Amino acid sequence: MSLTDTTPRVIPDRLRSPMRARMMSWESLLLGVAVGIFILNSLASPYFLNAWNLSDATFNFTEKAMIAFAMALLIIAGEIDLSVAAIIALASTAMGVAMEMGAGTPVLVLVGLGTGLACGAFNGALVTKLGLPSIVVTIGTMSLFRGISYIILGDGAFRGYPSDFSWFGQGYVFWVISVEFAIFALLAVVFGVLLHKTSFGRTVYAVGNNPTGALFSGIRVDRVKMILFLLTGLMSGLAAVCLTSRLGSTRPSIASGMELEIVTMVVLGGVNILGGSGSIPGVVIAAFVMGLVTFGLGLLNVPGIVMSIFIGLLLIGVIALPRLWAMYRKTGG
Amino acid sequence: MRNLSPEGDSAAQDAQPVLTLDKITKTFPGVKALDGVDLHLFAGQVTALIGENGAGKSTVVKTLTGIYQPNGGQILLHGKPVRFVTPQDAADAGVTAIHQETVLFDELSVAENVFIGHAPKGRFGLIDTAAMHSRTADILGTIGAKISPSVKLKDLGIASRHLVAIARALSVEAQVVIMDEPTAALSQTEIEELYELVDTLKAKGKAILFISHKFDEIFRIADRFTVFRDGQLVGAGQMADVTEADLVKMMVGRAVDQLFPKRHAEIGDKVLTVAGYSHPTEFEDINFTLRRGEILGFYGLVGAGRSEFMQSLIGITKPSKGAVRIGDDVRVIRSPADAIKAGIVYVPEDRGKQGAILDMPIFQNVTLPSLHKTSKDGFIRLAEEFALAREYTQRLDLRAASLDTNVGALSGGNQQKVVIAKWLATKPRVIILDEPTKGIDIGSKAAVHDFMSELAAQGLSVIMVSSEIPEIMGMSDRVIVMRDGRMVAELEGDALSPETLVRHAVGINEQGDAA
Repeated sequence: MSLTDTTPRVIPDRLRSPMRARMMSWESLLLGVAVGIFILNSLASPYFLNAWNLSDATFNFTEKAMIAFAMALLIIAGEIDLSVAAIIALASTAMGVAMEMGAGTPVLVLVGLGTGLACGAFNGALVTKLGLPSIVVTIGTMSLFRGISYIILGDGAFRGYPSDFSWFGQGYVFWVISVEFAIFALLAVVFGVLLHKTSFGRTVYAVGNNPTGALFSGIRVDRVKMILFLLTGLMSGLAAVCLTSRLGSTRPSIASGMELEIVTMVVLGGVNILGGSGSIPGVVIAAFVMGLVTFGLGLLNVPGIVMSIFIGLLLIGVIALPRLWAMYRKTGG
Repeated sequence: MRNLSPEGDSAAQDAQPVLTLDKITKTFPGVKALDGVDLHLFAGQVTALIGENGAGKSTVVKTLTGIYQPNGGQILLHGKPVRFVTPQDAADAGVTAIHQETVLFDELSVAENVFIGHAPKGRFGLIDTAAMHSRTADILGTIGAKISPSVKLKDLGIASRHLVAIARALSVEAQVVIMDEPTAALSQTEIEELYELVDTLKAKGKAILFISHKFDEIFRIADRFTVFRDGQLVGAGQMADVTEADLVKMMVGRAVDQLFPKRHAEIGDKVLTVAGYSHPTEFEDINFTLRRGEILGFYGLVGAGRSEFMQSLIGITKPSKGAVRIGDDVRVIRSPADAIKAGIVYVPEDRGKQGAILDMPIFQNVTLPSLHKTSKDGFIRLAEEFALAREYTQRLDLRAASLDTNVGALSGGNQQKVVIAKWLATKPRVIILDEPTKGIDIGSKAAVHDFMSELAAQGLSVIMVSSEIPEIMGMSDRVIVMRDGRMVAELEGDALSPETLVRHAVGINEQGDAA
């Protein structure tokens, strides 16, 4: 049908092999950072290379990472949920109330997950039905959810969860592999497959890159966003179950400030904060990086406030690195 | 043909050009966008840059405005080599461009848009708003635009925005003015005003580079021409020495016999019936039937409600009343997903925003509405995805380095091919094409037209929204004219003539009086 050439042109599928693209990716850079921190840690502290110590270190990121997986999808789709830590507080409080009313472990878990799901539905409805920006909505619900928690608990706390409830946060499935770590590993695979191998995952990218174009292409954009808010809520509920189980108590200040650490983890993992790109392997590695840094500094008795400075610098540094490298190459240095 | 080779462009040696591109080469990974091209721009003259999609026109504009750095060759300003490392360098040297999509700011006023970056300063270095507004009013006055400098840009229509973009280009003291498809969104009167504006600029001694796909325009205002093909210079000279056929031959490499190759198609059964379709503000009482193998044209002025109606037909906006029947079944279409299921697809006018997802690869764009076909139980099968993308992009003769190239890296014509391929892959019954050849060069245009009639011949029903009379006349079996949201005429056969189309579209009755 062309006027200039009658032979059909064959367009190759790819120019760069997927293998090479992977080598050059953000994830590879991050993996290098993770290995570097691991080596530094093992040199800095004699207690680092110990299976049980390393196992303990995973608790620094497992709960956050559960939420970070869902958050990664939400951010790739161009939205954000800053109320996740407040959802943990509300879900944990709801579990405390249920416990006071004599609920057993299975009911407690269902209450935790259900509260998370309900909070996600509330956020999602405000964003998709009313068309409000998610950053504003979830800053609002952040105060709302935690506020309810404070009203119920005041300066008190729920204690005395059933002993078998402690399995989620304190149990081990095999040797040093904790229940939380097993959940984290399983979710990493589930979310990785969901984002990278399914048609739903593809629509998440399309929505984040160009919501109008996605809508015109027949994607039910609001439904995709609603599902992602529900998933994020559900994962916050799951994190609430694990965290409450691990701490063995509920205070209204539980998990405060965690939302920013989760967003940091997602961004460090290479997810574009403006939406459209990112990967689950990246978030997994970022979770390890943050866990290793926190644990390593902890072994060296570095106070928490210095740790947060270090995490902040790490985030800026890792993100600036490719840009600095490009500038260095451009100036021919 | 005389004076068609670059060497034969004798005037290039006579007068000193204001700006010269000397053997400019620009390569991208896998593609040589410009291959040692020359271009001369002279004071007080309009040089038309002509070429197909991907011929390198946009790359030249970006090189001239400091967005791209050439890999070889040099830019000469008044005979002296210059380097435009940033867009600011080009602006400082007096090179200004009116792009296809000039970047403007919705939330700022017209005056702020015109003077952004070089606002007149008053005391203490603050912006002198009064001076800015009066100077904006002056500039808008010289181009005959009736736009208030204080109105916010987002409150203007497409045509007015374009005039603001032109005013912006004029607000700097430019020696070289680049106009990239300046008339694409303008009405006939506005185009005439633009021609006058170009004449004014010529009289002021500006060197003008004019990029357009419309030959009537080029012959109306250009003094000289330069033709590119596949990144190479194929001809340059005086407009007086060439005919339209010469230029077409240079552009495509061989003669185009007929621009609108309408093929005979068997008109079959009713496919789509639209009854009493109305919207509270955009359109009212639209009724028509579309048959198998038919191409139905929708003509009207910009703002007649054609696109709004089409978008409502695919479920983007809700109609207030009316019904759609596919064959004999009444279908309720609430979303584009419903429309795709019903077999109605829409190729929008705004490719970058609505048509394609520019930051995603070609193959993912093509399969986006067909993911259920290339996946099993929700899991994507990559091999099937590539196979589907390969099949349909090949049918449309797409030019791209690879199928995992982002759509945004393609030229306008090739982007359009990706969008059409995407919709054909859903195997629709009705395809709606909204200004399918807007901003596309003449070679791709003919290819799109040829493809449309091939689709109709294969039994697809086509609705074509177009503001180009030759396209409407050449392609349509039947034409519906819309004005102010209403169907004002349905024309076919002998009743279909350019004069009747325009008369109905603007609302003038047989006697020539305003209706």
